[in-house]
Amino acid sequence: MLKHQLSRRRFIVETARAASGVALLGVGLGLYTHEAKSLPVYALRPPGVKSEDEFLAACIRCGLCVRDCPYDILKLSTLAEPVALGTPYFEARKVPCEMCEDIPCVKACPTGALNKKLTNIDDARMGLAVIVDQETCLNYQGLRCDVCHRVCPLINEAITLEPRHNQRSGKHTLFIPVVHSDKCTGCGKCEYACVLEEAAIKILPLDLAKGELGQHYRLGWEEKEKAGKSLVRPDTEHKYNLPEGLKYEHEGQGLMKDTGK
Amino acid sequence: MSANLPEHAGKEAVLEKGWLRANKWLVLRRTSQLSILLLFLSGPLLGEGFWIAKGNLTSSLTFEILPLTDPYILLQSFFAGHELISQAIIGALIVTVFYVLVGGRVFCSWVCPVNVVTDIADGLRRKLKIKGGAHFSRNLRYWMLVMTLILAVVTSSISWELINPVSILHRSIIFGFGFAGFVILAIFLFDLLLSRQGWCGHLCPVGAFYSLLGRLSIVRVSAQARDKCDDCMDCFIVCPEKQVIKPALKGEDKGVGPVILNMNCTNCGRCIDVCSKNVFRFSNRFNNDTLLNVSIKEEVAP
Repeated sequence: MLKHQLSRRRFIVETARAASGVALLGVGLGLYTHEAKSLPVYALRPPGVKSEDEFLAACIRCGLCVRDCPYDILKLSTLAEPVALGTPYFEARKVPCEMCEDIPCVKACPTGALNKKLTNIDDARMGLAVIVDQETCLNYQGLRCDVCHRVCPLINEAITLEPRHNQRSGKHTLFIPVVHSDKCTGCGKCEYACVLEEAAIKILPLDLAKGELGQHYRLGWEEKEKAGKSLVRPDTEHKYNLPEGLKYEHEGQGLMKDTGK
Repeated sequence: MSANLPEHAGKEAVLEKGWLRANKWLVLRRTSQLSILLLFLSGPLLGEGFWIAKGNLTSSLTFEILPLTDPYILLQSFFAGHELISQAIIGALIVTVFYVLVGGRVFCSWVCPVNVVTDIADGLRRKLKIKGGAHFSRNLRYWMLVMTLILAVVTSSISWELINPVSILHRSIIFGFGFAGFVILAIFLFDLLLSRQGWCGHLCPVGAFYSLLGRLSIVRVSAQARDKCDDCMDCFIVCPEKQVIKPALKGEDKGVGPVILNMNCTNCGRCIDVCSKNVFRFSNRFNNDTLLNVSIKEEVAP
């Protein structure tokens, strides 16, 4: 009986010992996993990734996307890199995505970590190009660099050049590159091609690059267009308490003598 | 005859059977492990962008047609909340069926590159006569397995892959090494100095998962000629999971059959190699009548 109790006791102690040891490791690994989810800004995922969270649940690190990328753009992260170990990524400034029409990387992915629903590469959203520095961008200085605009695979759609008055010279036009988030795929060609030492246009993760209006927010001019008419009553004329013989002319002349006209 | 010294394990077999026959399964295993690596490197080796196998052990495509996916990592992905798609499921099913038949831990001894590292550590341990070290329960690996699955749920991420030495080594060889050497060195030193077969035989959840897959596998090692055993202990010394041998080898009196049925037998065949008396051979789980029964039948028959 005593022997039986002893062996039961030993079983419980050994089980508890194993469980606690492994739990310790689990806590450490869990916290590390949490850290590993923060993808550095320069690392871009291949097309077809919606969020880093979903990707890290789905990507099994097989590297088939890397193998099928015809331009050898993707690489798997190795140890001590700040990208979750073994997952594919690319850096726009080093080598951007060529936006293959048949999207071989997505086709190669066995798990759907790169979403198979992505069939048109123009719908890819790997990030969003942002002019991060107006102080160095040559076009902002009034020069005609235009390189980001010209290399853009969706030229005049994802990046347009918007004319603006050059206040410095007083007589020239600035051609301001403007990125349109409804078109930009985040391929990184613009960042790659930017002629500056450090690119003034960079691909940022969407959640970092985009603002978001409050759900309740309405833009008056859009609502007016939708409704086909103004949604507010015209302003009522302001009543001034003026000395006798004076009136206020609302069309622009201001305060004037009331001649009775 | 008395037991051989650990550092002399296998010597007798070489003398009796010749080097090749005394290392047959070891050579075959190393060939298997190496060729699997080479298949994944066929692109640059053969040139012309022709790959025999693309990807790595977690998922691959062979001859552009045969998909294979590691069911363990897919299970973690499922636990992490990812909706599985057919391509991966088919790949995982093929792998599962294969290991269910040949023995799950065949993955460990015939495919996994870490096995080479830990085998070398084990061999060196014998040569350098390093004994003792930390003691772990061999069941710790199943706790590890459970932990990795729980972590997948809790972190909604394939957490284990961040530190899994098996995929780190395999991927590093195929896709570029980085700092993987440190992990492998750590495993090597751990096995050499801290615990014999500490990684593969006690901790690795990948092996634990595959052992469960192979619980009822057909292909098994059998101590068919166990009556010839001369207790030299060589098989116990070289076996990475030595607890699996005894019931089969010494179970005759208890009416236990000669087939090694323990799911943690890796089917590495090293016991077959080192036995100078040819006690062991590859067999199947159904061929498990005790010799006692056989002899009774023979007596009854005429």
